[in-house]
Amino acid sequence: MTATQERPGSQEQPQRSVPKPVFTDAEAGAREFPDSTLRRFNYYVPRKRKQSHYEDVTVEVQPDPRHYLSQGWLYGFADGTGGYPLDWTVLKAWGSDRPVPERFPGSGGQGYEWPAHGWHEFRDPNEEWEQSIYRNNSNVVRQLSQNIDAARQSKAFEQWNPNWVQFVAQHVGAWMHVDHGLGLYLFANANRRAPTNMHNTAISVNSMHRIRSAQDLALYNLTLSEEIPGFDGTAHNETWSADPAWQGVRETAEQLTAIWDWAEAVFAANVVFEPLVGELFRSNLVQQAAPGNGDFVTPTLIGAEEYDYAERDLRYTKALFEPLVRDKEFATHNTEIMDSWLATWVPRCLAAARTLQPLWSQPDAKPPRFEDGLDRAKSRFRGILADLGLRTPKELNQ
Amino acid sequence: MTRQSVAKAHQKIQELAWEPAYHEPVSHYGTDYTFRKAKKKDPLKQVLRSYFPMEEEKDHRVYGAQDGAIRGNMFRQVQQRWMEWQKLFLSIIPLPEISAARAMPLLFRTVPNPELHNGQAIQMIDEVRHSTIQQNLKRLYMNNYIDPAGFNSSLRNFQNDYAGTIGRQFAEGFITGDAITAASIYLTIVAETAFTNTLFVAMPGEAAANGDYLLPTVFHSVQSDESRHISNGYATLLMALSDETNHQLLERDLRYAWWNNHCVVDAAIGTFIEYGTKDRRKDRESYAEMWRRWIYDDYYRSYLVPLEKYGLVIPHDLVEEAWNRIWNKGYVHEVAQFFATGWIANYWRIDPMTDEDFEWFEYKYPGWYDKYGAWWENYNRLSVPNGHKPIAFEDVDYAYPHRCWTCMVPCLIRQDMVLDEVDGQWRTYCSETCRWTDAVAFRPTYQGRQTPNMGKLIGSREWETLYHNWNFADIVKDMGYVRDDGKTLVAQPHLDLDPKKMWTLDHLRKCPPFPSPNVTLNEMTDEQRQAFHADYVRQGPAGRPAPQD
Ligand SMILES: [Fe+2]
Ligand SMILES: [Fe+2]
Ligand SMILES: [Zn+2]
Repeated sequence: MTATQERPGSQEQPQRSVPKPVFTDAEAGAREFPDSTLRRFNYYVPRKRKQSHYEDVTVEVQPDPRHYLSQGWLYGFADGTGGYPLDWTVLKAWGSDRPVPERFPGSGGQGYEWPAHGWHEFRDPNEEWEQSIYRNNSNVVRQLSQNIDAARQSKAFEQWNPNWVQFVAQHVGAWMHVDHGLGLYLFANANRRAPTNMHNTAISVNSMHRIRSAQDLALYNLTLSEEIPGFDGTAHNETWSADPAWQGVRETAEQLTAIWDWAEAVFAANVVFEPLVGELFRSNLVQQAAPGNGDFVTPTLIGAEEYDYAERDLRYTKALFEPLVRDKEFATHNTEIMDSWLATWVPRCLAAARTLQPLWSQPDAKPPRFEDGLDRAKSRFRGILADLGLRTPKELNQ
Repeated sequence: MTRQSVAKAHQKIQELAWEPAYHEPVSHYGTDYTFRKAKKKDPLKQVLRSYFPMEEEKDHRVYGAQDGAIRGNMFRQVQQRWMEWQKLFLSIIPLPEISAARAMPLLFRTVPNPELHNGQAIQMIDEVRHSTIQQNLKRLYMNNYIDPAGFNSSLRNFQNDYAGTIGRQFAEGFITGDAITAASIYLTIVAETAFTNTLFVAMPGEAAANGDYLLPTVFHSVQSDESRHISNGYATLLMALSDETNHQLLERDLRYAWWNNHCVVDAAIGTFIEYGTKDRRKDRESYAEMWRRWIYDDYYRSYLVPLEKYGLVIPHDLVEEAWNRIWNKGYVHEVAQFFATGWIANYWRIDPMTDEDFEWFEYKYPGWYDKYGAWWENYNRLSVPNGHKPIAFEDVDYAYPHRCWTCMVPCLIRQDMVLDEVDGQWRTYCSETCRWTDAVAFRPTYQGRQTPNMGKLIGSREWETLYHNWNFADIVKDMGYVRDDGKTLVAQPHLDLDPKKMWTLDHLRKCPPFPSPNVTLNEMTDEQRQAFHADYVRQGPAGRPAPQD
């Protein structure tokens, strides 16, 4: 402060220029007039009696020329398609075959009555939006960090026998690549492809679960390299790219990312691959073997991923496909297609599962037999299909 | 996490990527850019372990502020003039946000840099955050602001209104066409790097001055994610620059993206800030002053111009012309006047300007009163129904403009209007650059070079075509902009909520049918069309008909 500056409050103090508060009485209920009490979004029909917070922040954000989008999409790809074409999957929801309303001089702007087609009826049962995404994922990363810190302080890693140290470095480590590849190139990729905002938002949340799990495993691996003498933090790379036991999983994971149809991609990953390969590896191998080998930390990481899949990602997946199996117009069409996807993906995933078998004999304290684990995975898979209203494919018995 | 452990963690997660050995990921999108020689560039480092809690913490602040605002009766102090424009703004902006999320995968197969893909995936979920947090803010306004009409019908209105359609470019431009043009140049290099400052910093400042401190709380929180997105874009741009053959496309795309963003964003945000405020302190910055600072100095001079050292030609002429349109050609004033002329097609209310407003405009934009003063006095005179028609149908020295086929903002700077026959149709454009965008840039060849991945302008781009020769009462009913008594309009050219002073469908019934300018143009003979063109470019400013001599 310099000597020439005025003391606060002195008269020469220049008036600070700030906007002045004004009483406007512009709050709800201050007056009555037409619409003055209509305080809900009136452009969609809620799933239940009342509109949910989740619906309010997601429904209709992505427009549709079949109902309200009167001037149509404005920018297209080179072939002239814009927006979110329904034929980016071969599945159909009722109304999918209705043409986009034509516009011409004096046509007006009416479309079909909302929702115009069955895709708009999908709601994510997890009701994911901004608040839930950050709350849930923060809880997971906080929990995991605490568990790992506690383990470090109690020297829990010293309890691991040497074979298990190697198992975690190689095989638990290898799984991070599956999460990463599917998270980015299957799920994040699919968030551009589905016909409504509710689909794409649920898919993008699924993507973040997988990418976060991948990073959880990678950073856990980093911690173990610092904590356990002789822990090889790079072994997972070699295992993933060269260990014959992993090549079936790797080939299948890559093949999943190569699927063109977004619904087939989500179906193959969450309905087929996850129960037959993901849960087989996580629940029926790592979770079973870890405690016997002195490891109580790895199961908390793997358990977090199991929870994301079983309690969240599988839930929205069922809500996505089950109505299509029972669709009032395309039930047969959709069932035939999903059957054909099962016929394609079940053998691939079973083959991948079987190539993992050598892993079961590596820990000193053995997990339950591979065949028993696979049986459990298969029966879990049958249950999922039953929930969806789909038949168990004959390929499952191979 | 400490800075060092973030760096180590970031290093570690680079191990996640792998080269496919059996099958390549699906390739849904194409680009005419090549990345053969590109050196990989790092984006800003971000690890999810710290990212999620950081965002959660930001959320706590936002929701805490919202609770506080309700408890503190914020809506007793918000200016209706301001809040009404939020009906338009918040109907548009959640779509651009979510479209940015959807745009990210366009870059996965086209930009060969796995490290960038991580940053893009985080941007994807950031944008989901932005879209839903903004929807949530709108929901809060609907529940707590005096007039919920227009908020309660927001996303339907946005989809069928001409103003929503203009705004949609700032979303659809991200997700279609050449993957790099869309998701990198248009979205990140121009929309996010240049224009989010006016959107998410300048505008919230104005909101606060009008008694609304929730918009700033939400939008500053949104903006704080933006530096990572800008960094994703810059890394991609540097990769693209290392291949000489990309320069021609970069120059094309910078011209298109810059100009389209200017046309769309400056029209909307300029209007909100200049005509949506009650804050007429002489020392508060005008939109032109803000633009000069945020866009001209911070973006153009500090970001674009330095790219010249890579041998890139920067669209200096278009930056200067955008400024010229804002400062000398009255772009924002012309747009606001058009919005107010066409209030009957809106879903928000527009407050007339007062003497205090006139004084401020004259002070900030010398000469404003001579151009626009009389028209706004007419707007005020005609604002409450009293036997007359809405201003669009009264003689107030205003010629209804034609629309720009490209940016869809009307051709308001009349002397700049360009007429061309493109794809067998006569089209009007607000500027030569908009004509070039349609006729030259968005085509499968460019300057003799094959550009098979370039996008296309599609859709029924002239809103008026749909309602050619309809009565406005039927138009408003068709769009659903009627209140729950079945006759009072959502839109009003004043803020008085006394039902006796509000316009109804009955008032609109008395208006003549409304012909589409573009349909009419295409029905003209060559001679008539030439005469029309000669007349149009002599119109203005402030929409005045051409002088009769
Ligand atoms: Fe954003
Ligand atoms: Fe962004
Ligand atoms: Zn234009």
